[in-house]
Amino acid sequence: MMPWRAGILLLLAWLAVLPLPAAAEYADVVLNRRAEAQGVRPVVFQHWFHRIRFRCKVCHAELGFKMRVGANDITMADIIDGRFCGACHNGDIAWAPDKCDMCHSGKRGLPTGIVGGHETGGPGRW
Amino acid sequence: MAQGWESLRKDGIHDPRGPAVKDKQEPAEALSKLTPDTAGNMVRWVQALEKGEINPRASIRPGTKIQVYDSDVLLNVQGGMPIVRFPHRQHTEWLDCSNCHDHLFKAQAGANKLSMLAILEGEQCGVCHGAVSFPLTECFRCHSVPRPGQSLNTVPKTLPGGSIPPRSR
Ligand code: HEC
Ligand code: HEC
Ligand code: HEC
Ligand code: HEC
Ligand code: HEC
Ligand code: HEC
Repeated sequence: MMPWRAGILLLLAWLAVLPLPAAAEYADVVLNRRAEAQGVRPVVFQHWFHRIRFRCKVCHAELGFKMRVGANDITMADIIDGRFCGACHNGDIAWAPDKCDMCHSGKRGLPTGIVGGHETGGPGRW
Repeated sequence: MAQGWESLRKDGIHDPRGPAVKDKQEPAEALSKLTPDTAGNMVRWVQALEKGEINPRASIRPGTKIQVYDSDVLLNVQGGMPIVRFPHRQHTEWLDCSNCHDHLFKAQAGANKLSMLAILEGEQCGVCHGAVSFPLTECFRCHSVPRPGQSLNTVPKTLPGGSIPPRSR
């Protein structure tokens, strides 16, 4: 049991280790496990855009995306076979995977991670 | 960070010279139309859904079981901060039971040892809050129930005396 002032101190300590606020939208995800090494731009996945259209449970239960950035080993072959992003980006629910640049839109050099979240900002997963 | 939405061209993660910044939707265009918030995506997602401003699909495959569970659980009945009200309904509108049970929380009131430090480190509630759902700076949206001096873990629809404790702000 902790007095709530201690909580505020805890928060301040936590905020102090946050890097400068990123400008990218909260919960944007960069996927770059292999993209750049294979000569294409890193992938940007935006939660805000998708959650307007789908509830979390569609991706994180029905389609089985693990809720941890970098935990899903996604390859282009998977996508073309209809797994991961390809469960929707199949020319039916959403446009087909031939629009490379829509997904491979990231700045070169960015590591896999989530923006505005603990993966990049907090003390949890340095 | 607090004001508005940065354009894709300047957001630091999109390649401003790539074709996508022209073709993709700007966050401001979509998000400015939804119930505003002061943190995260600057959208009060629970209300945007409840008011029908958005209507996200709950499944894409026929036969998927969709469950919504309406029960509030009070957490931290002993501590010094206002009590945390965990609302199942708002969560299960978005999420499946399997997103939390049982790998994050045992489905039994009082059975989990929760801590703010773990949450700040991205565990427990912090798996989502601080990453995708409203961030942890919004203390009183979770710590939303001033201590009424009772120790029930599952909130009855009406507390003794007929008062319903306030929801989050
Ligand atoms: C269209 C699919 C889709 C939807 C809808 C979606 N997500 Fe995600 N989510 C992803 C992908 C893709 C990742 C990144 C996974 C990876 O890197 O392996 C992710 C990652 C995450 C993570 C991990 C963040 C971290 O810090 O590691 C969390 C938490 C999360 N999502 C929560 C949510 C919540 C909450 C919702 C609903 C409000 C939601 N997601 C909706 C696809 C989705
Ligand atoms: C729906 C989104 C999407 C589209 C469209 C897309 N990709 Fe990908 N691609 C991904 C994701 C996600 C990864 C995994 C990123 C990572 O972690 O490095 C990936 C990975 C790759 C890789 C890395 C090696 C591999 O095989 O996984 C290459 C190369 C690639 N994509 C090329 C392409 C090309 C060429 C196109 C167009 C024909 C394309 N991609 C279209 C999402 C997409
Ligand atoms: C549950 C279905 C679903 C999944 C899974 C999914 N998407 Fe999408 N995505 C959509 C839909 C629907 C659209 C909107 C299509 C349209 O406007 O015609 C979209 C649009 C997009 C856009 C364009 C956004 C814009 O501004 O127009 C990008 C980029 C994108 N998705 C990337 C991804 C990546 C990368 C993944 C995998 C990590 C992924 N999506 C997984 C359904 C999905
Ligand atoms: C966002 C995470 C989350 C989701 C999703 C979720 N729960 Fe829970 N659940 C919790 C937490 C937290 C508790 C409280 C545990 C405690 O008191 O230690 C809880 C407690 C419970 C309890 C015991 C308390 C009570 O209300 O009787 C039951 C039963 C339960 N959950 C069922 C479900 C079912 C069924 C679903 C899906 C329809 C679901 N939960 C979805 C987080 C979640
Ligand atoms: C698996 C992801 C996940 C976990 C874990 C989770 N939440 Fe949430 N929570 C959400 C989503 C999604 C929303 C919808 C609002 C948003 O995204 O900002 C939400 C909304 C809320 C709300 C706002 C309800 C309203 O009426 O505005 C409260 C309060 C809340 N969560 C408390 C908690 C607490 C306390 C815990 C831990 C016991 C917890 N959450 C764990 C995903 C999660
Ligand atoms: C996502 C929901 C959520 C948010 C946001 C949140 N907390 Fe908590 N907090 C919890 C939960 C759950 C517990 C653990 C309750 C228990 O002990 O069972 C907790 C426990 C605590 C405790 C220790 C118990 C006590 O009451 O002394 C403190 C202190 C605390 N929080 C402070 C804060 C402060 C300060 C903020 C804002 C910076 C904050 N919390 C934001 C959910 C939240």
